[in-house]
Amino acid sequence: MRIVAEHLTHIYNEGSPFEARALDDVTLTIEEGEFFGILGHTGSGKSTFVQHLNGLIRLPSSLKRAKKRKPKEGLPAPVLRVGDFDLADKKTDFRALRKKVGIVFQYPEQQLFAETVKDDVAFGLKSFADRKHPPEEGEIETAVREALGAVGLRYEEVASQSPFDLSGGQKRRVAIAGVLVTKPEVLILDEPAAGLDPLGKNEIADLLHRLHGDWCKTVIIVSHDMDEIAENCTMSAVFAEGKVKYVLPPRELFKHAEELSAIGLDIPLVAKLCRALSARGVEIGCDFTADGFVKAVLAMRGRA
Amino acid sequence: MKDVSFGQYYPIDSPVHRLDPRLKLLFLIVYIAAIFVADSFWGLLACAGVLLFSVLLSRVPFGKVLRAVKGVIFLVIFTAVINVLFYAGETVYWSWGIFSVSKEGMVFSAFLILRIVLLVICSSLLTYTTTPVSLTDGVESLLSPLKVIRFPVHELALIMSIALRMIPVLSEETARIQNAQKARGADFESGNLIKRIGAFIPILVPLILSALRRADELGDAMEARCYMGGKKRTKYKKLRFGWGDLAGALLGAALLTGVILLRIYVGGVI
Amino acid sequence: MMNALEFEDVSFSYGEGDFRINNLNFTVGQGELVAILGHNGSGKSTLARLANRILQPDGGTIRVFGETVGEDNLYDVRRKVGVVFQNPDNQNVASIVEDDVAFGAENIGLPREEIGSRIGFALKATGMEAYRHATVARLSGGQKQRIAIAGVLALKPQIMILDEATAMLDPRGRKEIVDVVLRLNREEKMTVLMITHYPEEALLADRAIVMNRGEIVMRGAPAEIFARHEELLTYNLDLPRIGKICKALQAGGMSVSDTLDIQTLADEIAKELACGS
Repeated sequence: MRIVAEHLTHIYNEGSPFEARALDDVTLTIEEGEFFGILGHTGSGKSTFVQHLNGLIRLPSSLKRAKKRKPKEGLPAPVLRVGDFDLADKKTDFRALRKKVGIVFQYPEQQLFAETVKDDVAFGLKSFADRKHPPEEGEIETAVREALGAVGLRYEEVASQSPFDLSGGQKRRVAIAGVLVTKPEVLILDEPAAGLDPLGKNEIADLLHRLHGDWCKTVIIVSHDMDEIAENCTMSAVFAEGKVKYVLPPRELFKHAEELSAIGLDIPLVAKLCRALSARGVEIGCDFTADGFVKAVLAMRGRA
Repeated sequence: MKDVSFGQYYPIDSPVHRLDPRLKLLFLIVYIAAIFVADSFWGLLACAGVLLFSVLLSRVPFGKVLRAVKGVIFLVIFTAVINVLFYAGETVYWSWGIFSVSKEGMVFSAFLILRIVLLVICSSLLTYTTTPVSLTDGVESLLSPLKVIRFPVHELALIMSIALRMIPVLSEETARIQNAQKARGADFESGNLIKRIGAFIPILVPLILSALRRADELGDAMEARCYMGGKKRTKYKKLRFGWGDLAGALLGAALLTGVILLRIYVGGVI
Repeated sequence: MMNALEFEDVSFSYGEGDFRINNLNFTVGQGELVAILGHNGSGKSTLARLANRILQPDGGTIRVFGETVGEDNLYDVRRKVGVVFQNPDNQNVASIVEDDVAFGAENIGLPREEIGSRIGFALKATGMEAYRHATVARLSGGQKQRIAIAGVLALKPQIMILDEATAMLDPRGRKEIVDVVLRLNREEKMTVLMITHYPEEALLADRAIVMNRGEIVMRGAPAEIFARHEELLTYNLDLPRIGKICKALQAGGMSVSDTLDIQTLADEIAKELACGS
């Protein structure tokens, strides 16, 4: 599903002394199949943006009159389409949309609630199901088994356990399975590796790669870890102060070290190494991944 | 950042904002007494006048003040209707079974509405002009004589203070968990009552677990900062009673005396 | 050099589960900055809670500046050993910055004027003077954590323990905390025990200790520890990214050292490429 957003603006606590403009005329397209990275500081608007994508935050035009916010004057009407869903239209079936666009929030293990891992993972499946035709037990088991398998957990080992007895990294994977269980086409993850130890971080990175290959067509990660973006993403967008500053593939984006540093963002380690080498007269052409860098250096050495 | 406004406090500077919280609390109590002592049109008019003056002085916009009334409007109308129907008055306009509408009933209801509205405006003016922290300090200070009878005044104040600190944290957390479950298809808007209550379990369980975890960590953090109960403690903030507070006290006293005198010498309509 | 903190044969268990700490021995010298590394559940946070007796050891002795920690000098010990915890939202008792910073100082019964001046000192040391009257809930994660540090500093401790104090922060917040801690250590000569996941932070320490299953398994200068790559992996820890790049280059036949410094590595690569041509 292709995601097209035009002129999105969102203001929290509008009209109060605590008014805060989180999104300011944001226009951004995310093509199907990307591993898309959204980066920026806390408060740059990136989380607000992704919450629009599955209708957790609605456009004014899609709200019932009672809750309607005033549309901004002087700006063209906001547009937001995810695949065939028109999110500006109040007739859109937002539950059907949420089934297709899964969001894994920060610290997702904090949303676990059921008595067993199986019940927790099955929650999404049951709640999205047609009320008149609830899924059968066998169907649920298969789906849960597949979702747990996708995050690298064995159904036999964990399904009947309490989710609260698992380790931190396992809890997080169960929570991700709980979103995967409905087979979303777009998977959005907000800081998927936050708070994990280095090993847990590596596991999550591997997991996301597997998911992008054979589970979800489009993966979007929200992150402020530049290395995470450089290593994983095919495309990236930089948010700052509610606006989109850059939309570039990471290998292009991280050439703009000065501009990024002006908005307080860092560059990945490999980009720093390349700059340090460039200052010594050695130009390494690489995509800013660790593997790419090592290959490029070894190739240069081979040529020399 | 998120859609959470902190308490009701309206952050501007005004003579009312600067008053000692204890004075404001006492004023509220005196004011409530006054509106219930007042039994005549003039008495309530005096009460309303004093409140209008306070609102103007506080520079809190009228819209904000009226919004507080909006919250209780149904309660007000409901009570008024019940009162009109059940009040056994003399001048009866209409009656059916145990219900009747009388002149006295209508006057009584009108007074009741006015009292509730004044009460709500006055108490919301207190929360609009006083930060939760100084409100807590005010309560602690006013209750401190109770320490003599071993009432845990300090603990109560600390609990209030921590609760106030945690309200924005937990409401943000509730919003986050609610969003996460919504994203997993949770539906909080349809179905019958039992279904809707059931729909809150996926929010309540994580929220309670998180609150317990937070309480645990906060306990450690407090102990690490040498918290050992209220015994040896000193207090950094001292409340000070100023000229404005004296004026406020006089105003409150004058109002209460006024309505008492009115009641005794003029007599009321109810 | 005097020992600020000593653990001698300390053992501890939570009573349930199979986690326990056995015969833990280590010392931290006055003015040192020591990093404690270990995966989740390795026992490093238990260590922080033992050091100022939020948890009581089952056996062994813990000394703070030579004084054995016991039930009778609890108050004293906690004044000397401040702890900053992981979650920036779970450490404040008051809604306004200065009220929260005052909490510890109020607890030990200081006079009003002294509390006021300590709030000033603590906020200055953390670069938060401008936020004295701000609402804690409206601060960023890094700022909240700096307030937590200020709240500990108001007790004028001699040892500061940071229990994964940066784990929940964004890079900007992490840098704020690291800057404050380094300044306290270098300028105020504060003894610091920094429990962390981040290899980059451990590299700033004078010494590092690695924990695994309630035991100390490695000790030494941070750079030495990270040079023992295979051993680290067995304790579920990882190299900093730059260390991995060095290893990969070595595996490809280049003679670069196990450096963890960007400039040094760049020098070595440049030299090698120049030699080859």
